[in-house]
Amino acid sequence: MPSEDAAPPLDVDQILADPGVRIVVCCGAGGVGKTTTAAALALRAAERHGRRTVVLTIDPARRLAQSLGLTELDNTPRQVKGIDVESSGGQLHAMMLDMKRTFDDVVLQHTDPAKAAEIFANPFYQAMSSTFAGTQEYMAMEKLGQLHARGEWDLIVVDTPPSRSALDFLDAPARLSRFLDGRMLRLLLAPARSGGRSMFSLVTASFGMFSKVVQKVVGAQLLTDLSGFVAALDSMFGGFRQRAEQTYRILQARETAFLLVAAPEPDAVREAAYFAGRLGAERMPLAGLVLNRVHRPAVPDLSAADSLAAAERLAGAGGHERTAEVLRAHATLAEQAAREERVAARFTEAFPAVPAVSVTAQPADVHDVDGLRTIGEAISRH
Amino acid sequence: MAATEQPAESAGRWPARLHVVTGKGGTGKTSVAAALALGLAAGGRRTLLVEVEGRQGIAQLFGTDPLPYEERHLTDAPGGGEVRALAVDAEEALLEYLDMFYKLGAAGRALRKLGAIDFATTIAPGLRDVLLTGKVKEATTRTTGQRRAYDAVVLDAPPTGRIGRFLNVTAETARLAKMGPIKTQSEGVSALLRSPMTAVHVVTLLEEMPVQETVDAIAELTKLGFPVGRVIVNGARPPVPADRPVTAAELKRGLAAAGLPTDARTVSGLAAEARDQQVRRELEDSLRADLVELGLPLTELPLLPAGVDRAGLETLAETLVRAD
Repeated sequence: MPSEDAAPPLDVDQILADPGVRIVVCCGAGGVGKTTTAAALALRAAERHGRRTVVLTIDPARRLAQSLGLTELDNTPRQVKGIDVESSGGQLHAMMLDMKRTFDDVVLQHTDPAKAAEIFANPFYQAMSSTFAGTQEYMAMEKLGQLHARGEWDLIVVDTPPSRSALDFLDAPARLSRFLDGRMLRLLLAPARSGGRSMFSLVTASFGMFSKVVQKVVGAQLLTDLSGFVAALDSMFGGFRQRAEQTYRILQARETAFLLVAAPEPDAVREAAYFAGRLGAERMPLAGLVLNRVHRPAVPDLSAADSLAAAERLAGAGGHERTAEVLRAHATLAEQAAREERVAARFTEAFPAVPAVSVTAQPADVHDVDGLRTIGEAISRH
Repeated sequence: MAATEQPAESAGRWPARLHVVTGKGGTGKTSVAAALALGLAAGGRRTLLVEVEGRQGIAQLFGTDPLPYEERHLTDAPGGGEVRALAVDAEEALLEYLDMFYKLGAAGRALRKLGAIDFATTIAPGLRDVLLTGKVKEATTRTTGQRRAYDAVVLDAPPTGRIGRFLNVTAETARLAKMGPIKTQSEGVSALLRSPMTAVHVVTLLEEMPVQETVDAIAELTKLGFPVGRVIVNGARPPVPADRPVTAAELKRGLAAAGLPTDARTVSGLAAEARDQQVRRELEDSLRADLVELGLPLTELPLLPAGVDRAGLETLAETLVRAD
């Protein structure tokens, strides 16, 4: 693979074995095998490197979840049984993120039960805790912060939500806390007062009008609910922001290693490149790129064109149908591999210093511990 | 000439006017949506391809500059048709909407500077979605003179995990807005989305997760009352009559007949490729059977080993409009 010729090889075992690395964050576009990669890395850390590991998954495939013993979504890490840790002395725990429950816990921690009950009943809270764009990202970070604070694990492996774009995952905490903390909320809820204070400001004047328009468009009930929501959350604003900032600092620390996960498809590679640039700008430690689902012909010397031409010759001459079939399939595979190399090169050319490893596409889907172990082997091949 | 034939042909197979294309991330739903818009425009028709997630996936696919919030010529379709494209932005849609009712003018611009528009579309995710789908509805039902502006509108919709919530605008807004124009608007959108004018198509690969999500999404959409159109398998390879694996001896004779090297490495390498293929195909066949069980029209688009370029899109477009 040119991606490997161009980029230094990524040594995943070195990262997993390093006691200084306490957090591994797997990020990338949706549908590239992020969850599987996170689970495979966590398993390897426990089995091979004897670490007390916890993996935080966001939305695992049903059978993968079952193989990790995640049959219920209870927002608490559970030890994974039936893995091979006798010689290493490691442990693997796994949990699935429950977004709403995590949010509820944050509220409970920062306020008294009566106020919490009031918040939970508010339709805004209900909408926001289950559907707010960014809540899932925020709660994943919040949960990471909680697990980190408990200090019970040597290594936390985090799967990230399938964000619309890589940016959401980093920006959501800030956006949510800015929103909750927002000047805008206060302005909106007190249009009369601010309007009275600065009558001649176009901004304030239009804001008062905006508020009226919002009232007209969405109805007065909505503003009342919103007002109640903000009043109830008021005491928690500081706490929200502080927590988001804490998690952000953990992500910048040397104990964290970001792994980009991609597949050799244009969208996924573009997303990975975007993220690599962004992590650099945020001074967050990027450890490398895991390129999943790479197709590799077992006979690289036989080109797609030659293979196809040979298949046609056989078809023309008659007989040897099975061989012609195999040659056609080889041609498709070779062509696909060549295209994937070109696509992957877009990343390695832009970020030549980022270590990378390619993982060959598995013929069948992974949904048991053995499969995860195989993936772990493949990622660590260097 | 296809120009007179094809509209009628595709109209029978794709009777809806609004085609909502969803699918798990990574299944290629943007390519499929684009190919459908291209196919339905062929033969002198006009279609609109819409995206709503701010990803600029259409611009990237066609190699154009980022799309603005404006309907623009995207590409010509074979046989004299036109595909136009639009990237709907919730903030722009809200401003447009407010302007229509309240003539905001300079005040609207000031509000935007303040971040108020972003705020208003953020406080209630349902509001954001109703603005996006509202714009799609407007384009679908717009007429100029006696003619419809578009023969078909194709929406590159959010992925399967979010599609139910995205389309179910009334339920989402009803929680927050009990009256007023937003409520009226969302009811109008809901009526269109639940009518025979709309079809929701689900794109999948023959892989376990996408197929599972397809099955789940179709169950959800059906329960919510949205008309599901087709299941579209992307990157499909035809089922292979795999009775027994090819033997090394058989392969060696074949390679010799084709004038290719017959050394042990080549033979065992190709045999290994064939074995992997077979495992994959068997899994694909069982997943295909799961999809057939859904009882919906199933369309398979061929795997394009060289990727989706312009020629590839046209191949997909043709396959789509000729689908059974």
